[in-house]
Amino acid sequence: MSTRELTRLTLAEARRRLRAREFSARELVEAHLEAMARHRGLNAFITETPELALTMAAESDRRLAAGDARPLEGIPIAVKDLFCTREVRTTAASRILHNFVPPYESTVTRRLWEAGAVLLGKTNLDEFAMGSANVTSHFGPVVNPWTPPGEEPGRVPGGSSGGSAAAVAALLAPAATGTDTGGSIRQPAAFCGIVGLKPTYGRCSRWGIIAFASSLDQAGPMARTVEDCALLLEQMAGYDPLDSTSADVAVEPWSARLDAGVKGLRIGLPREYRVDGMPAEIERLWAEGAAWLRAQGAEVVEISLPHTAYALPTYYIVAPAEASSNLARYDGMRFGLRVEGRDLTETYMRTRGEGFGREVRRRILIGTYALSAGYYDAYYLKAQKVRRRIADDFREAFTRVDAILTPAAPTAAFRIGEKMDDPVAMYLNDVFTVPASLAGLPAVAVPTGLDGEGLPLALQVIGRPWDETTVLRVARALEEAADFRALPPRIAEELA
Amino acid sequence: MSWVIEGETGKWELVCGLEIHAQVISRAKLFSGASTEFGAEPNTRVSPVDAGMPGMLPVLNMFCVEQAVRTGLGLRAQINLFSVFERKNYFYPDLPNGYQISQYKHPIVGRGSVTIELADGSTKEIGITRLHLEMDAGKSIHDRLPDATLIDLNRSGVALMEIVTEPDIRAPDEAVAFMRKLRSILRYLGTCDGNMEEGSLRCDANVSVRPLGSTELGTRTEIKNVNSMRFIAKAIEYEARRQVEILESGGTVEQETRLFDERRGVTRSMRTKEEAHDYRYFPDPDLLPLELDPAFVERIRRSLPELPDAKKARFVEQYGLTPYDAAVLVAEREVADWFEAAARGRDAKKVANWIITELFGALNRSGLEIGRCPIRPEQLGRLLDLVEEGRLSGRLAKEVFALMFESGKDPEVIVEERGLVQVTDAAALEPIVARVVADNPKQVATYRKNPKVIGWFVGQVMRATKGKANPQLVQELLRKHLEEA
Repeated sequence: MSTRELTRLTLAEARRRLRAREFSARELVEAHLEAMARHRGLNAFITETPELALTMAAESDRRLAAGDARPLEGIPIAVKDLFCTREVRTTAASRILHNFVPPYESTVTRRLWEAGAVLLGKTNLDEFAMGSANVTSHFGPVVNPWTPPGEEPGRVPGGSSGGSAAAVAALLAPAATGTDTGGSIRQPAAFCGIVGLKPTYGRCSRWGIIAFASSLDQAGPMARTVEDCALLLEQMAGYDPLDSTSADVAVEPWSARLDAGVKGLRIGLPREYRVDGMPAEIERLWAEGAAWLRAQGAEVVEISLPHTAYALPTYYIVAPAEASSNLARYDGMRFGLRVEGRDLTETYMRTRGEGFGREVRRRILIGTYALSAGYYDAYYLKAQKVRRRIADDFREAFTRVDAILTPAAPTAAFRIGEKMDDPVAMYLNDVFTVPASLAGLPAVAVPTGLDGEGLPLALQVIGRPWDETTVLRVARALEEAADFRALPPRIAEELA
Repeated sequence: MSWVIEGETGKWELVCGLEIHAQVISRAKLFSGASTEFGAEPNTRVSPVDAGMPGMLPVLNMFCVEQAVRTGLGLRAQINLFSVFERKNYFYPDLPNGYQISQYKHPIVGRGSVTIELADGSTKEIGITRLHLEMDAGKSIHDRLPDATLIDLNRSGVALMEIVTEPDIRAPDEAVAFMRKLRSILRYLGTCDGNMEEGSLRCDANVSVRPLGSTELGTRTEIKNVNSMRFIAKAIEYEARRQVEILESGGTVEQETRLFDERRGVTRSMRTKEEAHDYRYFPDPDLLPLELDPAFVERIRRSLPELPDAKKARFVEQYGLTPYDAAVLVAEREVADWFEAAARGRDAKKVANWIITELFGALNRSGLEIGRCPIRPEQLGRLLDLVEEGRLSGRLAKEVFALMFESGKDPEVIVEERGLVQVTDAAALEPIVARVVADNPKQVATYRKNPKVIGWFVGQVMRATKGKANPQLVQELLRKHLEEA
């Protein structure tokens, strides 16, 4: 088996064959490190950690040899550079944290290392996870590996977990962690033709993840199959007393429950998601997904989520408001960038003015405004009320259906540079993902086809709180029906 | 008797409310496990949470919640079973997160009241508006380096209770009485050590004035950090008089924050209303609303100690003390306990007198707290027993008391060592009395005209016996000898 072929393995396959000692963890890790080196042009990683990876792989090989393998023993993974990793630089793709090395490990990554996973590196993202195209990173944009050959400067991978999505799609890692605030796992998964799951809010600990919007941020797995996402989630999830919003809910063996099928399930199609100007291809894809589920024995019904249209404006009040406060700690006083000024105020202004990029500054301004005296009631309080209505819509819907099927994104991956001067057009990318974020619901994006340009398109399955089981079951059914095996052309070429 | 300012145009009344910050007694901080130890090396009691490091999250310390509830109950206040932590946003180098976690719209404790004792022996109720929990900031040190400010984050995240009173205070002395009473209650409850020097009890005063008889409120100023009992009355009185002067000369009082300058005894402007921060309060999304179980509150209520007011009433009732003496004794729980231990089976009023005059005097002179008093309550009790039994005169007893305070020895031992037992034997005193009378014929003549001069003779006998003679017996013997002379 060539080293490039090793990178083609799913997490589940790699796990099985590592245990069968068909190859070593070191070989598997080296194959991915080589692929990473070859595809630096994608700019998927901010920091590569080859030495650490080989040290971790050596420990895995020792355990594999001793028959003492942990659940993810020897599985290389990429970690979004928003998770603090002890003694490994963690930047949030921001200049203000360009030199920050945390003395602590996030709960989610600690769990992964304790399960035997191996860190390949820290992936690129939109600065502080604010963006839908991975174009706001201080370390430069990520290129979508699906970019049609010859096209410059290429397609966006989506965002904010664009580096993770590109890495998994380009076979630089079998799986990666992401975080999702308004769609930051699902939308890049959709743009890159991989599976991305945002779990129920409170499922994974936020401790040690650099905060964007605390009431929305949630970590989740990104991988090439539904099963791999389930396997990864099993190790990422779990109650953490260090995060007051983490829930004491049992971690389930999701990967063992994927094949229960959808027979007898009721699937809702929200009529409000049929937005104006939606490409016919996506409309067709959605109808096709519904037909697949019906064919497998599910009952598909139209439902209504009446407050859907208010989700995006609500999100763009709540998230920036929280962010404006969460990002106040980057003041140049204790860590990260510090640009001296003549006095304290000027030092603050220069540090934050030069340390944060445009989009981050824009959101801090919006959020500060929304929380200001005299505007608080009209914006923040109102947004909180609408947020409750949106959650109520879903609660009502879930009395009649078991899961909801929608498109994952309104378009396929667009060109780098597009929508840059129109924030609202950029924000519209998240129109299908934001409502489930506001309601804290589990939702997964599954690739189900390619558009006319050969770019991946995806569907989204939304479930009841804590019902990742059903979400993953439905996703698995779609995966099977779609039989999506396509690889980005440039990657397929390498394997040929 | 109300306190008024006599102005040029008439009489003015003070309207004052206080905002107190009381540091919660707790081993760990409000939202992190770091220690709260005072006086540690700078920046050694700081967890990544207290330093506002990326990705760190607060976790509420339930012991601090318990302390706040206990305090609320001690202030006879409503306990809110639902309360919310909010972020108060502002930039300052000693505030690592760029926000302080506090409570705003939904505090943990609502309305309550505190009874204060006034100088004339009367009492007054001061309303409590609310009490909420919040975290302290770090400390900025401006005077260590010439061109830089240093930050010590040891205090960052320490739990504070902010206690707000109604504007019920009408005299500077009432503010002091309130602070003393509050301090007493907090110390009884064990929720704050009340140490103003170390900054664990800090006070801001909201001051306004109005023409006596008016029911409208004037524009108020806030005086920050009045940090000793001594300065509270001074600062409030200065500020009230300043406002009267402004108003009487046709000016208007600016709503502003002022700082009390302890050295010059004046207040000066710190920031005006226009410069006030917009704190952009909003519920902290890292913390769920705090919901308390009524059983939790009930359990704390049952564990409350007897508080100063109840103890004072009991001392008056049980020991027959005057309300004044009772109030003095109950101010500190240790003193009250000391008193009760000494008074067991004795004349409690006499015990109270000895404590208030002799013991407090000795403690004050030596700068000791009752907890480090060299005399044990039982020892004072036995000293009083010796007086009661007629074995020591009052004068000797004071002498013995002073020696006890010096050495910590039992009164009996001191009496023994120094041979201080009172001479009550007439046969032993007769020759001395006879000699004093015989040696002073002039005074004997005076005595015939003015019998009060007997006091002079008593003094002579006492001096001759080094104070050991029983004064009553000396009087008796003298009268006999003087009549016969």
